[in-house]
This record gives sequence, C-alpha cells and structure tokens, in this order.
Amino acid sequence: MTTVERVGAAGAVPAEQVRRRGVPRRRSLAGYAFVSGYTVLLMAFGVLPTLYAIDLAFTNASGQFVGLGQFTKVVRDFRFGPSFMHILLYLAMWLVLVVVLTVVVAVILRSRVSARTSGVFRFLFYIPGALAGVASVLVWLFMLDPAVSPVSWLLRALGFSTFAQVLAPQNLPAIFVLIAFWTGAGGWIVVMYGALNNISDEVMEAARVDGASPWKTAWYIQIPMIRKWIVYMAILAFAAGTQLFVEPQLLQTASLGRVDPTWSPNQLAYVFAFQHGDFNGAAAISIFLLTLGLMCAGILVTRSGLFKVEEQ
Amino acid sequence: MSALSSSSDRLARRAAMRSRSSRLASGLVVVLFLAVLLIFFVLPAIWLLLAPTKTAGQLVSQFPLSFGSFANLGRAWSHLASFQGGVLFLWLRNSVVYSAGSLVLTLATSVPAGYALALTRFRGRKLLLSVTLIVMIMPNASLVLPIFLELNRFGLIGTIWSVILPFSFYPFGVYLVYIYFATSMPRDILSAARIDGANEWQVFRRIALPLARPVIGLVAFFSFVGNWNNFFLPYLVLPSSNEFPIQVGLNQLLSSTPSFNPVAGAGLDITSPELALAIVIAILPVLVMFLFSQRALVSGMLAGSTKE
Repeated sequence: MTTVERVGAAGAVPAEQVRRRGVPRRRSLAGYAFVSGYTVLLMAFGVLPTLYAIDLAFTNASGQFVGLGQFTKVVRDFRFGPSFMHILLYLAMWLVLVVVLTVVVAVILRSRVSARTSGVFRFLFYIPGALAGVASVLVWLFMLDPAVSPVSWLLRALGFSTFAQVLAPQNLPAIFVLIAFWTGAGGWIVVMYGALNNISDEVMEAARVDGASPWKTAWYIQIPMIRKWIVYMAILAFAAGTQLFVEPQLLQTASLGRVDPTWSPNQLAYVFAFQHGDFNGAAAISIFLLTLGLMCAGILVTRSGLFKVEEQ
Repeated sequence: MSALSSSSDRLARRAAMRSRSSRLASGLVVVLFLAVLLIFFVLPAIWLLLAPTKTAGQLVSQFPLSFGSFANLGRAWSHLASFQGGVLFLWLRNSVVYSAGSLVLTLATSVPAGYALALTRFRGRKLLLSVTLIVMIMPNASLVLPIFLELNRFGLIGTIWSVILPFSFYPFGVYLVYIYFATSMPRDILSAARIDGANEWQVFRRIALPLARPVIGLVAFFSFVGNWNNFFLPYLVLPSSNEFPIQVGLNQLLSSTPSFNPVAGAGLDITSPELALAIVIAILPVLVMFLFSQRALVSGMLAGSTKE
C-alpha cells in the first residue's frame, strides 16, 4: 500500500511500473494470508486424516508395513460382505425413489399448481430437513411402532403387529429409505424446482403452442433440460448413502440388539475401532468408503460441468 | 357446407370434451399425489409436537392427533429436567458451545478464503479450489473415522477441541463465499479502492465484507444446522456423558426409555412422551431458524449447486 501511495505521488510513470511488478506480488501475498486459516483446517481435517488412515491401513499395530494385509483381513471378515450388500440394496431403492419422486414432484409443483401453492408445498416438504440426524430416526421409531404409530392401521394392514416384526432384517433397507426420504427429499425438490425454473419461458411457451400436454412437455423438454441436475443429485445421494451410520446405529440401540450392529460398513469400521481396538482394520474399511466418496466427487467435479474452477 | 362444418364442430366439441375429462383425471391424480406426500411429510412432525402432551398410556389409546393436556406436558418436562440430575441442560449447553464455537471459526476462516479464491491470484489457487470442491462433495461421514484416528493419535479425544476444530472445517462455506464473490462482486469497486490507497486488508474489511452479508448469513445457517444435528463425530470422540451434545444425549435417553429398552429403562420416568419432548427441544433451535430463513435457504441451496 505504502509503495503505491509514495510512488504514485512521485509521478505517473514509475507508479505504472511498480503496479505492474509490485502490486500483483503483494496481492498474491495477501491471497495467501486470506486462505491461511482455512488451509490449516483443510490440511488438519481433510488431508492429514486421509493420509494417516492410508498409513494405518498399510501397517499393523506395531507400525510394520503389511502391504494389503489389512485389506484382505477386513474383506475376509464375515461381516464385510453383508454390510456392503445391505448398503447396495438400500442405495438401489433409495436412488430410484429419490430420483423419480423428486423430479415428478418438482415438475408438478412447477407446472400444475399456482406459484403460491407451490411455495407452500415446497416449504412443508422441506421442514423435516430440520430434523435430519438423530431426531428423524427417533420420530420414525415412533411412526413404525404399531403400539403408538398414528398409522398403526396401515402397519397392521401390512401384517406388522409388533415393533419387532417391523424391525425384521429384510425391512431395514426400506426403513432407512423412508427416513432418508423424509428428511432429504424436500431439499432436493427445492433444487429440482429451481432448475426447472431456469428453463426459459419461451421454450415452455413454444411447447404449449405446439400442443404438447403438460406430461409430454415434462418428459420431452423439462426433464432432459435438467438432466445435469438429476445426475448431480443421484451422485450426491449415492455418495451420502454409502456412509449410513446414525440410522442403523440408533435402530440397533432401540431394538435391544435385534438389529445387526454391523449393518453398514461405517458401523463395521466403528466396531473394529471401538470393540476390537483394531485401528488398522478400521482404517482399511474407511479407505474403502473414502475411495467411494472420492470417486463420486471426482466424477462430479471433472465431468458434470456444474462446478467451475477457472474464471468465466 | 353447413353439414360439414357442423360435423367438424361436433368432432371438435368431442375432442374438447375428451381433453377436458382427461385433464380432470390428470388433475385428480395430481391432487391425490400431493395429498399423500403432504401427509407423509407433515404427519410425523405434527404427531411429534402433540406427543409430549399425552401420557404414555394415552399415546397408545387416544386418537394419534389429539391434544392431551398442558398438565401432562408439564409432567413430561419435569421428568425430563430431572433425568440424571438435569443433564439435559448440560447437553444443550454443550451443543450451543460446540455449534457456536465452530461457527465463529468457520466464518473467520471461510469468508476470507472464499474471497481470496474468487478475487486474488496466487500460485496454488486452482489446486486449493479443486481440493475444496472434492472435500465438499465427499460425504461428511467418510472423514469422521479417519479424523477420530488422527485425534486419538494426538491425544485430543474427549476435549472440546476434538469437536469444535473438525466442525470448523467447512469447505461448503468456502465454496458458497467463493461463488458469491466470483459472480456478484463488481471488480471495479475493488480496484478503485486500491487506487485510492486502501491496502488488501482494508479492501476486504471495508468493501467486500459489508457486501457479503447475505452469503455470510447463509454460511452461518448451514454450518450451525449441520453441526447442531451432527451425531457421528461427537459420538466417537466424546466418551463422557457430561460432554455430549444434545444429539448424542438423545441416544442415551433412547436407551433409557422403557418402551424401547425395558431392562435399562425400568424404574425411570423417561417414557415415550418424555423422549418426544426431548426430540422437540433438541430440534427447536434449528426449526426456528428454518422457519425464519426460508427464502435465504432456498437461494442458498441453489447457489450451493451453482448455475451457469
């Protein structure tokens, strides 16, 4: 600052020179200062834990390099396969439901009801998002307990008369889908609605003039035009779905251990670390999960065109 | 000629009628669909708000959406407040400390970082931005166990820093600020200020920061809500009940509720209405924020997944 002021006062030409050489460097120093605090956090809680987990996953408890030993150990563990199968089943149901329903709802709210009604609906659908996490699981414990549920008639009609029957292993993926949809779908509906809103009125008007029905317009125009957002949602929902922990963990508490304590891979890693004291094994499992998350993030950042790193 | 026109008239009328009835049918489908969804999303929330006003017995016997009495509500409250010597208040206080502490650190680090990424040039900028994007998209939970292992290595387990510091790392906040400055900050103002002799800090403090108020609110909201509702990390790194945030406390309450745990819960006053009341209390701060910042939220969710 002082340089520019001083030289600027001395004359126009030197100021010009100083600005060309000096200012960018000074400004880039300022840039480093501005990002320093965040960079420290990024290193400490993004990069370092990843490197440390990699280090643990390739060594044993006494720090000796064991190659892929930890990975083969956890993969051969009898709980590893089932936990990933559970997640896979859950993801298949969750992805289909969240993609189909949020898009359909967003289309309806965009083109079939008045703007005011649509705003009210979006808000009401979004509210359960405030209960994300523990609260939502507890609420659904009540909803699914035939003794107190407001829809106990429905549960009975489906053949469930006790809470234990509801929590049977084959029902768990569907239960987690219900919870995830209840807390998460509203937010996605808002995003999809916003994407539909970005489609220009002329396009919609042209479709109407050409005699396309609302459903046809949705299928041939609106949905293809927000395809990018649908892919974005699907990848994020997939990535988050692989990490399931709170839901099965709480259900396990609530069911007095009837629910498998290693239902999801994250729970298995937790059991390795906290019950077996095997941090290396836990790290190996979390490397699997980290890789899944990284792959999803990498695809989105490099392929989707939704994020820009360069200036426009 | 007239016969022709009348027959085409009839055809047109029939077509119109058919399209009207099909429009009616599709309208009916839409209304039904929205009604079912509305019940699905709203019913559990209404039930939750009403549950603490009833006794455990009434929850089973009465109409699910009936209101019990304020006396029941008071009783549930006093049972809950006396649970383990008022540990509920400690949990709530902890949640406030963890969420507010990390909120301050998040704002102090992410706002300058987003600003610098958008408006200054330095080597490594693109790398930092790419890493930020990737970590932001990666699910939170995937880093929790590695963070636990790291904190454990450095002996930080059980301290408040083991929650506050990881919570403060908020790449999504940096990205929101970055997008805001990159798209809606007139660069001319900044260079004008520089020509007027302001240094980089002054440019940031006096010009950029006041203009960034909306996005700062947004980052604060998402960070606070995310941290308030976080369960996984504190569950792993805080061993003692006195340090729990409310979310982990709810888990402990759950295992003390006789309807879910007849053995451990026997003899305690924590029954379903008390648990429901605890849930309501736990989500109240977030719910209030949701109700009052709806518009900002919607724009934030869209910005967070930026448009061209």
